[in-house]
Amino acid sequence: MKAFITKAAAAAIVVFARAVTAVRAIWPEEGLPTRPCVYFANHSSHGDFVLVWTVLPPRLRRQARPVAGAEYWLKSRLNRFIGRDVFNAVLIARERDQRTEDPVTQMAAAIDAGSSLILFPEGTRNQSEAPLLPFKSGIFHLAAARPHIDLVPVWINNLNRVMPKGEIVPIPLICTVTFGSALRLAPDEAKDAFLERMQTALLALSPKPAGSGE
Amino acid sequence: MSAASSDLLTLVAGIFGVLILASTIGYMLQQRLSPNGSNAAIENLNARIKAWWIMVILIGIAFVAGRIGVLVLFGFCSFAALREFVTLINTRRADHWALAAAFFIVVPLQYYLLWAEQYGIFSIFIPVYAFLLMPIISVLRGDTERFLIRIAEVQWALMICVFCASHVPALLTLNIPGYDGRNVLLIAFLVIVVQLSDVLQYVWGKLFGRTKIAPKLSPSKTVEGFVGGVISATLIGAALWWITPFTPVQAGLLAFIITLMGFFGGLVMSAIKRDRGIKDWGNLIEGHGGLIDRLDSVVFSAPIFFHIVRYWWSL
Repeated sequence: MKAFITKAAAAAIVVFARAVTAVRAIWPEEGLPTRPCVYFANHSSHGDFVLVWTVLPPRLRRQARPVAGAEYWLKSRLNRFIGRDVFNAVLIARERDQRTEDPVTQMAAAIDAGSSLILFPEGTRNQSEAPLLPFKSGIFHLAAARPHIDLVPVWINNLNRVMPKGEIVPIPLICTVTFGSALRLAPDEAKDAFLERMQTALLALSPKPAGSGE
Repeated sequence: MSAASSDLLTLVAGIFGVLILASTIGYMLQQRLSPNGSNAAIENLNARIKAWWIMVILIGIAFVAGRIGVLVLFGFCSFAALREFVTLINTRRADHWALAAAFFIVVPLQYYLLWAEQYGIFSIFIPVYAFLLMPIISVLRGDTERFLIRIAEVQWALMICVFCASHVPALLTLNIPGYDGRNVLLIAFLVIVVQLSDVLQYVWGKLFGRTKIAPKLSPSKTVEGFVGGVISATLIGAALWWITPFTPVQAGLLAFIITLMGFFGGLVMSAIKRDRGIKDWGNLIEGHGGLIDRLDSVVFSAPIFFHIVRYWWSL
């Protein structure tokens, strides 16, 4: 029964996301990796992982788990239901002193169990004018712990206009989700160089912003 | 069977005949020139024909469902077109409530007013009430950055995608003596003539196009395509007089006016696309681009067609 309810809720969320955003995925020429991988995306809205999850082909979608902040997704019953039951999120504690588990260990364990991860390396929603916040180091430590994992950059466009922070009614606007070619940690690559390379790869997918025409 | 539904059946049979012919030609061209899908123009042609089948079937279902079906179909078109349009305009967070109102209040209300046959308020709701109230909602947040541009673009989006588009189903509300229960055929006349004009301009242009008509706006449009398309669509419009309350000459004249409006509407919407640096409005219709790419000519011709018919034929 519970499995049925979570499946129905997931289907309803996908239909709703598509009705509002008419979301379109743009794939890399060689397609997506079929083995478990890490999708890392820009983060500007609570709906970000929903959109990535919505456009993934069903087979890849089933193995994808978003990595999300435990404080937010355990806050209320509804949040818990959506975050934990529907999307099966890997919930990590953002504040260091509240951690009982190491986030990198949690993520590596999910990958070892055959899941893909949807990760937002900026660590928090980007409310600034800059297109991207500097990445946190978690993605580097994860790549170092599992050096053979494919890292797929994903640029989510326009969702921050659909539902800016603090608004409750979404505005229907067309969103695109652009997937880039898979990357890996190079042998002996230093942390800063790696993070820099990942940020550049992600930014390269961002289109010239629509609606900012002069 | 009433005269209206037998005329509609004849029309549907004719349209299906044209589509079957188009699909056959598309298939033969593909076999001869693009057997492994390498010829982009032919692949696009076939994608367009396939999309036409779907559009014709959707409109057919709406016609069968009657007034409510037509209103729901065009209400959905307005919603999707507005979504494409607003994606491209200058908006800021301060416009959030105004935009939410545009999508969730203005669109449904405009079509509800048609359902309730409140012509008076229908015809001024967006040009007067939305025009004045939307900037008020936006100004309450106190953000003056690019304010005039923002409110003007939202109003333009509403006029094109909702106000003008809603004049297609508004044809159902006209009361034309001797034409009772047949108004849905007026919609068919408008949509068939305008869309065929687009298709014929494309075909004439592909076959005989030499001279570009507006190279800066729309590099694919040619003088030969324009002249050939407008003349042939006008003749087809005249030949369709039997589904309208017009004489053949009147039908041809009206067809001429709406094909011209459709052509220039296409140019205007092209100019907006160039301004915003995009090729298509969206990706809703395979092979055609966005919904606005398909609807631009209808949107520009519908209000003029509506008012001409209302002024000279309706009570």
